Amino acid sequence: MTEHLVLRVVSKLLIPPILLFALYVQMHGDYGPGGGFQAGVIFAAGLILYGLVYGTEAVRSVAPPRLLVVLACLGVLLYAGVGVASMIGGGGFLEYGALSADATHGNHVGIIIIEIGVGVAVAAVMTIIFTVLAEWR
Amino acid sequence: MEALSHVNYWAAIVLAMIGLYAVIAPSNLIKKLIGLGIFQSAIFLIYITAGKVEGGTAPIIDAGHAVYSNPLPHVLILTAIVVAVSTLAVGLALTVAIKRDYGTVEEDEIDEQDRR
Amino acid sequence: MVSLRNLLAAALVLGIYSLVMAALWVVLDAVDVAFTEAAVGAGVTTVFMLLAIAATGRHEKIAHRRPWLPILISLAVGGLLVYGTLDLPAFGDPEAPAQQHVGPHYIEQGEAETGVPNIVTAVLASYRGFDTLGEVTVIFTAGIGVLLMLGIIRRRRHAADDDARDRE
Repeated sequence: MTEHLVLRVVSKLLIPPILLFALYVQMHGDYGPGGGFQAGVIFAAGLILYGLVYGTEAVRSVAPPRLLVVLACLGVLLYAGVGVASMIGGGGFLEYGALSADATHGNHVGIIIIEIGVGVAVAAVMTIIFTVLAEWR
Repeated sequence: MEALSHVNYWAAIVLAMIGLYAVIAPSNLIKKLIGLGIFQSAIFLIYITAGKVEGGTAPIIDAGHAVYSNPLPHVLILTAIVVAVSTLAVGLALTVAIKRDYGTVEEDEIDEQDRR
Repeated sequence: MVSLRNLLAAALVLGIYSLVMAALWVVLDAVDVAFTEAAVGAGVTTVFMLLAIAATGRHEKIAHRRPWLPILISLAVGGLLVYGTLDLPAFGDPEAPAQQHVGPHYIEQGEAETGVPNIVTAVLASYRGFDTLGEVTVIFTAGIGVLLMLGIIRRRRHAADDDARDRE
């Protein structure tokens, strides 16, 4: 893809805003449309665009598959861990109200943390699938 | 107006019929996966239209609105779409593995090779 | 999509179809679903499809076999489903059973109980948190499955090739 100068320049301009937008969607999911699932997919879409234009080796150097597998595991574990943490706090599994003295506040904190877990897991899995399919020859 | 009160279900059923045909008729495995995608969107359409309330708005609480559509189908379908893409990826990976082992993704030719 | 012989064209039409569906979700008040569909269906799915087609060949070889039987089956299923819809509540009916169940509780109490104005996020992460944990596990498993199917087998095949070369 070395000859597509326009694609290379435009994607170089677009990728940082895409990644930033993913983070915005992640944190703004409480107040508008968005959340972990969408943010994860958008973040992965930024990496996929990078891979399509600059080759999968470039994605590998930014996000090695080994790291991605660890991140996917960590995302799911973070989600389940919040559930266990709320059990330690005296509630049921995933009953975030127990995370804080004020139940509403605890719920809000729990939602933000598990959304981060979802986002990390989805972004990592989508990038893994892209890398595996794109490198298949 | 009365005659069109169920038009949302019928639109979804037409999509489901197209999807079912596209799963059964072609012998190409990628085509079958595309058919599954169409069938899935028919199911999504049934769920989302079932949650729509006449005169309602998007379920994000705001002082200016009183009537909201039902948020529950949105939650179910939102996660279903992301699960759909990951299961589609598993299907594509299987297809690629079949191409490696059989040298083809046409169902007829795979059957023929198995019979030998 | 269904009758296109060229698979690349079929995959691109599927992407466009997904984008149109995203617009439809906005009209039906499902903004979160529209967001997801636009990002997933029109973006990531199309890329995965194109990559798989690049690995398996872009042309469908055989013409559809005996199209009448599949058409008959689809029509029969469609007819049965239309018969089934006759008892269902009308489109947009606020009195429908689906609108009377837990939906009103989420809308009235959701913000007070979770501090989150976007009810879809509140239900997704809090009320149905266990469900969503299951969904994330499915996605995780799918990713690991793809990695195992294509990643590790491929490495083993390369290793086998290397062994064969060594023996020669």
